[in-house]
Amino acid sequence: MDLSLYFTRQDFWGILPEIVLLTGALIILSIELFARSQRAAMLGVGILSLVIAGGFAAKNFGSSFILFQGMVTLNDFSTFFDLLYMAAGIVTMVISYNYLERKGGETRGEYFALILFATMGMMLMTRGNDLVIIFLGMELLSLSLYVLVGFLRHDVFSNESGIKYLLLGAFATGFFLFGAVLVYGTTGTTNFQHIALAITNNEILSDTLLSLGIGLLLVGFAFKVALVPFHMWSPDVYQGAPTSVTAFLCTAPKAAGFGALLKVFLVAFPALHADWQDLLWALALLTMIVGNISALVQTNVKRMLAFSSVTHAGYLCIGILVLNEMGVSAILFYLLVYSVMNLGAFGIISLLEKEEKGVNFKDYEGLASKHPWLSASLALFMLSLAGFPPTAGFVAKYTLFSSAISEGYIWLVVIAILNTLVSVYYYIRLIVNMYMKTSEETLVPFLHPLLSVVIFILAISIMFFGILPGWLIDTVTQAARIYT
Amino acid sequence: MNWLNEHILTILIGFPLGAAGLLLLVKHSNLKIIRWGALFITIFEFFISIFLYTNFKPIAQLQFVERIPWIPQWGIDFAVGVDGISLFLVLLTTFLGPIAVLASWTSIQKSVKGFMVSLLVMESAMVGVFVVTDLFFFYIFWEAMLIPMYFVIGIWGSGRRIYAAIKFILFTMLGSLFMLVAIIYLFVQTKYQLGHPSLAFSDLTLLALPMKAQYYLFLAFALSFAIKIPLFPFHTWLPDAHTEAPTAGSIILAGVLLKMGGYGFIRFCIPLFPKVVPQFVPLLIALAVVGIIYGALMAMAQPDLKRLVAYSSVSHLGFVVLGIFALTTRSITGGVIQMVNHGLSTGALFLLVGMLYDRRHTRMISDFGGLARSIPKYSTVFIIVVLASIGLPGLNGFVGEFLILMGSFATQPTAVVIATFGVILTAVYLLWMVERVFFGKLDKDENKNLSDLSKREWSAILPIILVIVWLGIYPKPVLDRIEPSVRQLVDNYEMTINSESSDNDLEIAFKEIQEESRP
Repeated sequence: MDLSLYFTRQDFWGILPEIVLLTGALIILSIELFARSQRAAMLGVGILSLVIAGGFAAKNFGSSFILFQGMVTLNDFSTFFDLLYMAAGIVTMVISYNYLERKGGETRGEYFALILFATMGMMLMTRGNDLVIIFLGMELLSLSLYVLVGFLRHDVFSNESGIKYLLLGAFATGFFLFGAVLVYGTTGTTNFQHIALAITNNEILSDTLLSLGIGLLLVGFAFKVALVPFHMWSPDVYQGAPTSVTAFLCTAPKAAGFGALLKVFLVAFPALHADWQDLLWALALLTMIVGNISALVQTNVKRMLAFSSVTHAGYLCIGILVLNEMGVSAILFYLLVYSVMNLGAFGIISLLEKEEKGVNFKDYEGLASKHPWLSASLALFMLSLAGFPPTAGFVAKYTLFSSAISEGYIWLVVIAILNTLVSVYYYIRLIVNMYMKTSEETLVPFLHPLLSVVIFILAISIMFFGILPGWLIDTVTQAARIYT
Repeated sequence: MNWLNEHILTILIGFPLGAAGLLLLVKHSNLKIIRWGALFITIFEFFISIFLYTNFKPIAQLQFVERIPWIPQWGIDFAVGVDGISLFLVLLTTFLGPIAVLASWTSIQKSVKGFMVSLLVMESAMVGVFVVTDLFFFYIFWEAMLIPMYFVIGIWGSGRRIYAAIKFILFTMLGSLFMLVAIIYLFVQTKYQLGHPSLAFSDLTLLALPMKAQYYLFLAFALSFAIKIPLFPFHTWLPDAHTEAPTAGSIILAGVLLKMGGYGFIRFCIPLFPKVVPQFVPLLIALAVVGIIYGALMAMAQPDLKRLVAYSSVSHLGFVVLGIFALTTRSITGGVIQMVNHGLSTGALFLLVGMLYDRRHTRMISDFGGLARSIPKYSTVFIIVVLASIGLPGLNGFVGEFLILMGSFATQPTAVVIATFGVILTAVYLLWMVERVFFGKLDKDENKNLSDLSKREWSAILPIILVIVWLGIYPKPVLDRIEPSVRQLVDNYEMTINSESSDNDLEIAFKEIQEESRP
């Protein structure tokens, strides 16, 4: 049998990043096998494999390949996401270092390996050009996340959120799979290009079933990226999960969900976009408003950020609605900035957390007088989340809203803007507590040098992309050319 | 000199910001360096801006223009320039800088470094608002100004400071976010109509917008400015913010921040959407007049000195809006100079009330009485400032108010008649306050042994008094510089209003453009 037909040299080079990650994960598990709790070594291997994989992935930027007979496509779009996941993975690993111990758990090799597996899954989701590959990636990601969320075995909340996530996640996967099946049944293929071709040539078995299929796919994605009314799992899971995992959970997988959603709708169903406009409009509206109003009344910072990330998913939905090159580039820009802000915010929360303390608004009172730089960074992330200039959060909102207005969605933008106003209140609340209130005992951060450097870089990039966004705009515009 | 001419505005924006960065490196406990450093920086900034004044030619065009491409993908430049309308607002900003620092010399004891850095960052942003000629950067400076002010009120304020700070930020955000939508809309329109995205003022005036779009755009911009200036009924944030802010914060709030609203009206609302201005004039004038009377009546009823001064701002700024929307050269010139005057006299009033508060730790009018006998120098200065605020001929307040009332009479006679009652009410509430605080019996023991003005306090208040007198006696150099720009503005406005092109033409042209540019 001639394997070269199925696995060419190009295929190998294309999935080299995944191979590197897999090897890294296996090495970490082997380390765990022979010498328990070699945290530094495992962290080192984890970061190293992400960096190497990132290097191989970055090499692809500017070129595009079709691999495995059209199952996987590599282009600037997928490469952009690859690098985003890897960066998020690195930051998460750094945040996790000695976090689990503080929470009464133990850093095991599985933890780092699972992050690498999750990264692979996400890469498959945005590289995939076939419903089957997307499903595969989604499952790999979800299974890793279920374990990560419940990683603190002694913590009831962590266990609860693990189970909750598993049950609802399985539910969502079911929806997705059923949708994929219906699409396959009506078009006869799972390949995106062939689906698009079948639709334009009108070779569809049943319009109703196809619509149903697309609807179910949408529900599956909506679960994954937590759009209202499919968001119910997210606050509980975000709150219960170890904060380091929450940082990961609300950034990279959300980006992956949006990436895959974009790809499906842009490549497979572009002709049907108009049919879905009203639905997406409603989803965006509901998600923004419900997320925001729920965030207003939270007393737990993690929960507040969970609802805030629901709101941000609503803003991103506006970009999906636009769905032209401008909209896609706006989404990419927004996802990157959003990830940086949330990684930074959760990173700081995680290092302030100790046993039961450090997650409520009240715990942050008077923090600024004791730890000015840390508070300043957290304040910066909050202001950026609220979209104040000159932070990157503002430029992200600006790109997103201008793409929406140029397609005529002015009222949706007005509603989004009003939501932004409401959101200012709850982001500012944290700043009020840190700077304007005083307290006898303040939180004590567990800073290690690597984490300080990472938080510093995240904060600087928020300012940098806010003041000089030119380079990033070019990059996302190039990455948004998803067809090439 | 030529080099300086081209870069002076960038320096003016960048210098306090860069210096604030350096100040951050100074150790917390080194109060002396921090205070003197901030003072030196703001004084130096003021001297740079003097150059602006001396080299300014009294013509209508933008001067000291500089343009640095910033985000070429979006056609956004860092473009600056100054004309007669913005020149004196810039000068006012830099002039109040050192005074704000002096005002907080001893009264700010908690994290002095953070406070001074906030002041400097604010100064950069405020100068930026007045000199940029690209709407994108205008918005950035406009918003960037909020954060330090929020901290200044919330951290160093008094009483219900947190409530006031949050109210301040939410109110101003409400307006500016609608303005953001309008800005993005203009941004998209330039892309369709001019072929390249741009937010430069000069490009925006070329846009052909249908009446309906202009109507909403005007509304969005006007709401933002009305909240800032503040126009009745959007003023409710102001008494809280002004009262709870520390002295320096109140000086900057009243002195400069409110003027950003008036500046915005003149700079954007009138030239960008001239066609719909007549529709809004009756409403805005009515609100302005209501604000004049309402602010004065409210001021009369206040038991707290600072709150009284705060409400007097609502009244005084009502005159500015009246002047602007009377739409004559004279009235708008009066509006601009009234903004400068109000910045000076209200800034001085807040400064003086702050000094009194430092001594007695109360601002209640009923706690005072007969102060003229215990602190005569202070009382004299206070009364001079009050008279300026009332609009006594020979002091600065008179010039602005007179020009506004005279200029507006041609187009808005009814409003002027009512507003004149406001002038009388102003005299009533201010003089009544003076009577209760400075005259009468010196019957409270705490008031008998107050110390009079110190050297530092003299150095803060004396420059303001000098400028107040100078502007009152010889305002000609200022008026000469303001007028050409205003005249051009009014001429352009009248030309557009009287031009032949009907709304229908606009509508048709707009539709054609939209259809061509849509893929």
